[in-house]
Amino acid sequence: MTETEIGRARRRKEDARLITGRTQWTDNIQVPGLLHVAYLRSPLAHARITRVDVSAARSRPGVVAAFSGQDFAAEQGSLPCAWPVSDDVVIPDHPPMAVDTVRYAGEAVACVIATDRYKAADALDAIEIDYDPLPAVTDMPSALADGSPLVHEAGNKAFTWTFAQGDIEAAFRDAPVVVERTYVQQRLIPTAMEPRAVVAQTDGDSFTLHTSTQIPHVLRVMLAATTGVPEHKLRVIAPDVGGGFGSKLQVTAEEVLGLLIARRLGRPVKWTESRSEGNQTVHHGRDQIQRIALAASAEGVLRGVKVDLLADMGAYLMLVTPGVPLLGAFMYTGIYKMDAYDFACTGVFTTKMPTDAYRGAGRPEATYAIERAMDELAKEIGVDPLEIRRRNWIRHEEFPYATAAGLTYDSGNYEAATERAMALFGYDKLRAEQADRRDRNDPVQLGIGVSTYTEMCGLAPSRVLGSLRYGAGGWEHATVRMLPTGKVEVVTGTSPHGQGHETAWSQIVADALGVPFEDVGVLHGDTASAPRGMDTYGSRSLVVGGIAVLQACERVKEKARTVAAHLLECAPDDLEFTDGAFKVRGTGAAKTIQEVALAVFAAHDLPEGFEPQLDAGSTFDPESFSFPHGTHLCAVEVDTETGMTTIRSYVAVDDVGNVVNPMIVEGQVHGGIAQGIAQALFEEAVYDADGNLLTGTMADYLVPSAADLPTFVTDRTVTPATSNPLGVKGVGEAGTIASTPAVVNAVVDALRPYGVRDVPMPCSPERVWRAIQGGVA
Amino acid sequence: MPRITVTVDGTKYEEEVEPRLLLVHFLRDRLGRTGTPVGCDTTNCGACTVLLDGLSVKSCSVLAVQADGGDVVTVQGLADGGELHPMQRAFHEEHALQCGYCTPGMIIASIDLVNGNPDPTETEIREGLEGNLCRCTGYCNIVRAVRRGAELMRAEP
Ligand code: FES
Ligand code: FES
Repeated sequence: MTETEIGRARRRKEDARLITGRTQWTDNIQVPGLLHVAYLRSPLAHARITRVDVSAARSRPGVVAAFSGQDFAAEQGSLPCAWPVSDDVVIPDHPPMAVDTVRYAGEAVACVIATDRYKAADALDAIEIDYDPLPAVTDMPSALADGSPLVHEAGNKAFTWTFAQGDIEAAFRDAPVVVERTYVQQRLIPTAMEPRAVVAQTDGDSFTLHTSTQIPHVLRVMLAATTGVPEHKLRVIAPDVGGGFGSKLQVTAEEVLGLLIARRLGRPVKWTESRSEGNQTVHHGRDQIQRIALAASAEGVLRGVKVDLLADMGAYLMLVTPGVPLLGAFMYTGIYKMDAYDFACTGVFTTKMPTDAYRGAGRPEATYAIERAMDELAKEIGVDPLEIRRRNWIRHEEFPYATAAGLTYDSGNYEAATERAMALFGYDKLRAEQADRRDRNDPVQLGIGVSTYTEMCGLAPSRVLGSLRYGAGGWEHATVRMLPTGKVEVVTGTSPHGQGHETAWSQIVADALGVPFEDVGVLHGDTASAPRGMDTYGSRSLVVGGIAVLQACERVKEKARTVAAHLLECAPDDLEFTDGAFKVRGTGAAKTIQEVALAVFAAHDLPEGFEPQLDAGSTFDPESFSFPHGTHLCAVEVDTETGMTTIRSYVAVDDVGNVVNPMIVEGQVHGGIAQGIAQALFEEAVYDADGNLLTGTMADYLVPSAADLPTFVTDRTVTPATSNPLGVKGVGEAGTIASTPAVVNAVVDALRPYGVRDVPMPCSPERVWRAIQGGVA
Repeated sequence: MPRITVTVDGTKYEEEVEPRLLLVHFLRDRLGRTGTPVGCDTTNCGACTVLLDGLSVKSCSVLAVQADGGDVVTVQGLADGGELHPMQRAFHEEHALQCGYCTPGMIIASIDLVNGNPDPTETEIREGLEGNLCRCTGYCNIVRAVRRGAELMRAEP
């Protein structure tokens, strides 16, 4: 048997075009007669629109048309929310272009369509618009207070959602130790490097939409429902997409309006956002206030966890806005055992950009709260943060384990990952150095941060999604076709935007069908060539979509086996399949799968009733989530005189089960860690009290550069998932989920001698310095 | 309208341009050289980096008229008759890209860095690429790729 493809660090097939500039970004698309759209956006967070006059813009040079919200009012519908989480959820009407009221700064209020992008932007000046300002409300406690300005008539409460298991009152009654903390998850801007872009075309009957999206399939369904363009007349294409991180898991105003404008003008139109436009109007992430309480024994053994969450929805509920905190609800128990768990969440409207999925979506928030609180418990009990975790974590022999949050973790080995991480990190030595620096009153203090995380990903079992009232399923589809020349074409419903599916799926197919890696091609991201799919988010592509690819291969192989048996004049059971060939056991007779493919194409001599094609499809609906886990350790140096934090070392040992391509996995972990560190130390979307976004450009919203980050030390332990035949777990979000608490725990750990027990994120020098001055936060 | 003459990836173009036209839009919209993308509007991201007369510039902060008489090399002009530039190879080998949106600018900026400093340390690379943002990779593999690219560039001048 030759070396398996699965497990090899194959260099990526995708790279050839990406490193030579032959990539197909949406903004690259040129078609004859292409027009450019520019949107006028509200400068106010909350206002009534009293008058819009676009007529002067229409007479500007190069301008073909100009429209206000009123012009679309009859046909634009409402942007969809696919996750009505509760009975009491309020889903306000969300017109793609505001008609009479704006509710966040940046909402589109009018547009110009011109012959080039400069002319379109120029003519925005000529639009006359009057507003009657209304009061803004930008923070959740104010929004819930009596007498708050109302974002929507129905009130500022979007929904309430609760979960309870076990007797939480008993857990807290007479508990020897109770730790209660409040943490703020600041608002973040996802900042995929490719700004969004949309090209809409029509031949008068059918429509083609190119868009920088993670979800061409979901989008097609949603756009058909929103715009009335029949689904079969709408083709959605996600060409090369420059990152998403959840921000392109959306049905956007500009996608709907692009279709409507193309329909109205009968001409192709393009819109490409500027980064400043995107900072205002790509959905934001996080923005929650978490109250968490732990009840524990005198030895620090957990009895129960209680969580009360406020989640800022922004001004509207977009595609999965209210579902994001629910994805966190099941993770506040982390890797720990306890008798009872209680969770309550209130979704709150404010006059800000809506929030929605951002890398990890709910799970980073939950992991942050529990991992921060466990450190506080360790401090309370007077033991090392790793010791408190050992006293509480699920031991490897206890899997599968049903958690207090109602999930069943299939597998894991927290001990092994922690042991490996400690060794790579030099844990004991760093603790000794820390003690020494504390003794010496060194102005530069050392902090050590621990994060032993798990998460639920591989979204998702359709039945579970249904029970949570999500509007769709969580399956994934793949079709595998043997071509006459023996090459293989894979059609996947996943929609990559940097993850390397062409490479990884080729590895899976190469092993399953015994064909060369090079002989596999992968089609994706176009509803015409890949009509069925649920797309890419929630670390689902491999654990759901990859399994569909594997199962489709198995079906192709079984079909081929029938033909091979016929050609070799034996029973199918007499054949063994190795190295891409069906061999008659005990004889030298064999047919390669390529020979079978050619024979099927020719169809001269096939078994009775065999249809001459060697294709198979598979739609995989997972039984369960996947639960990657790991131990991340971070050492920071904090200059107590300036408040400056520098990461000295960062070790991540993740367990994502079996891996298909370790190079890609490592890359995902690196990028994830960087994004989590960005939340811990650098990034925050800031609105002023009037609802103006103060971090509207890349100059104000600080995405870290290479100079801001260290080299990460990464390793893996391997505890295969038992919930899928490859034994794989998702990896796309793990790094982000793990790293934020590791870094903040380190910062706080450095400052313990100063009485500091919290530093709000991002832990900027100013905030660290203030925490030192103020002692207990 | 001013008339400019610019060489881009070895081809000479003579075009009339509005004085305000950005070099990056000239490349993308006028010449169809779409290998160089745009990532921001405040000169922060570096996605648009090209070589102008041998030095890296952010083509979103250069007017097309300023490139008059100049020689522009974009990521599309690096491969020599199908043979990838060593830095392109290094980015591929070290998995220094995921979505690839930052990659054209990152590769050009790295070449410029190595032209000025043939054997940069990790710190020099991190600081030298401060003006180029990547949201996907966490930079570890980019640093590795630049070291390897530098090595290859030294070996095959
Ligand atoms: S496009 Fe961001 S620096 Fe030029
Ligand atoms: S590879 Fe995606 S931004 Fe760098």
